[in-house]
Amino acid sequence: MTKHTTAKELATVRPDVEEPMRRKVFKRVFRHMGVAVLGTVVAQAAIFSRPARAAKILRPPGALPEKEFDSTCIRCGLCVKDCPYDILKLASWADPAPLGTPFFVARQDPCRMCTDIPCVKACPTGALDPLLTDIRKADMGVAVLVDHENCLNYKGLTCSVCVRVCPIRGEAISLKPIQNERGLLQIPTVNPDKCTGCGTCEKHCVLSEAAIRVLPRELGLGVSGANAAGRGVW
Amino acid sequence: MAGLFRRMVSGLKSRRWLLIRRTLQILIVLAFVVDIPEVGRIAHGNLSSSLWFWNVPLTDPFVLLQSLLAGAPLAKTALIGAAIVAGFYAFFGGRIYCSWVCPINMLTDAAHWLRQKLKIKGNLTLSRELRSVLLVMALVLSVVTGTLAWEMINPITLFQRELMWTSAAGVTFLAALFLFDFLVSRRGWCGHLCPVGAFYKWLGRYGRLRITALKIDACSGCSDCIKVCPEPHVLAPLVAQKAMTVTDSDCTRCGACLDKCNSGALAMKLDMHRGVSFRGIPIVKS
Repeated sequence: MTKHTTAKELATVRPDVEEPMRRKVFKRVFRHMGVAVLGTVVAQAAIFSRPARAAKILRPPGALPEKEFDSTCIRCGLCVKDCPYDILKLASWADPAPLGTPFFVARQDPCRMCTDIPCVKACPTGALDPLLTDIRKADMGVAVLVDHENCLNYKGLTCSVCVRVCPIRGEAISLKPIQNERGLLQIPTVNPDKCTGCGTCEKHCVLSEAAIRVLPRELGLGVSGANAAGRGVW
Repeated sequence: MAGLFRRMVSGLKSRRWLLIRRTLQILIVLAFVVDIPEVGRIAHGNLSSSLWFWNVPLTDPFVLLQSLLAGAPLAKTALIGAAIVAGFYAFFGGRIYCSWVCPINMLTDAAHWLRQKLKIKGNLTLSRELRSVLLVMALVLSVVTGTLAWEMINPITLFQRELMWTSAAGVTFLAALFLFDFLVSRRGWCGHLCPVGAFYKWLGRYGRLRITALKIDACSGCSDCIKVCPEPHVLAPLVAQKAMTVTDSDCTRCGACLDKCNSGALAMKLDMHRGVSFRGIPIVKS
């Protein structure tokens, strides 16, 4: 039986014999390839496991559209510190938003719509747009009366608390009469052009789970098609 | 009694750099967390961007670079803050950040201390170039994904957020980091993997604050300084008497060598002139 001598053993017996150059090159090439493959796998996993923003996550006033916000926000938390009502939090790994980005949850604590907008002033990068000077033009989301089954106004009562608490009452949300088989109903109706998405209505909804919710605009609203007949073929 | 006092003084003296460094590190962490009565909090934000003394903006140039690569527009405050920080480190030496500011350094130093106390020998040898690879990866991924790639895991700001908002979701990562340095790889994180260190190393590669062999004749060649150095290769030319100053940008200016050296051969000096002479003999560049 022949016993193969490994390069290492050979090196101890015959130190003058060097490891063949070709073997060294192969070793190096495969090591680099291994690192590259491992790196790609990890990086790809990182890209695809990037947590998408959950619907209940709302950005502070003046926040750029989500994609630009993600690249512009440097996760410093200066807006969080400057919020006089302490509604903002920076996302931890347990929160459904990119790590370290600021958010608030309307049902817990809505935006109080300060007229001087301190959070925007605090932002060093413009992720909260400094051009926003009128808080009524803020777009944190849009309120949508999502539940027509449990909303008390749909049951024929006049709860209307969402309308009464709205900081832009009468413009952003108002009662519209609707006649149906239950009789004349007063339905809270949101004007998406005026609603800033502050979340006060969601916070104060008397149901144990809110019937009216603030959603990021792209989730809360449809977009009419480019042609008159609706969406295109695709 | 006098003997005890003298021992204490010499004990403090032989740890003076470590003590000053730790004090500064802890003060920086506390500045973001503690409200001083009558004064308030002196630093707001966190180490990625902050406002000091209610006026001075500071921004981590590495975080800003990721943000710009991800497609962010330029913003004045962040650029001013980053220029201040980058200017400081470019002048004095980049990795001063690692040993004097970064809070993770306390965690990895603790892991290293424990590792030595328990005489753990097992060591996963990593290349010190890995951090540069990770740095390039972080920057490329920022371009590709449009998000701040390193900020998805950056333990520095993670640590600060956990501390400030007393959340604990990221503690697992910090614990893993500690265990990695403690059990797996000697000085694994700060010395081999962290791309923030690699960035600051690159930024401050011409930094003028340098470990200098003032009295190289006093050096007994014990190489104790190399044993305590977190980046031992930077001291090699000094101990081999081939250079007067540490010019390797890996040097974190932590002062561990100064604490250790009994001969007084080493000092931390602001080195404003180029290496024109060595032991009185002018160096002629070919």
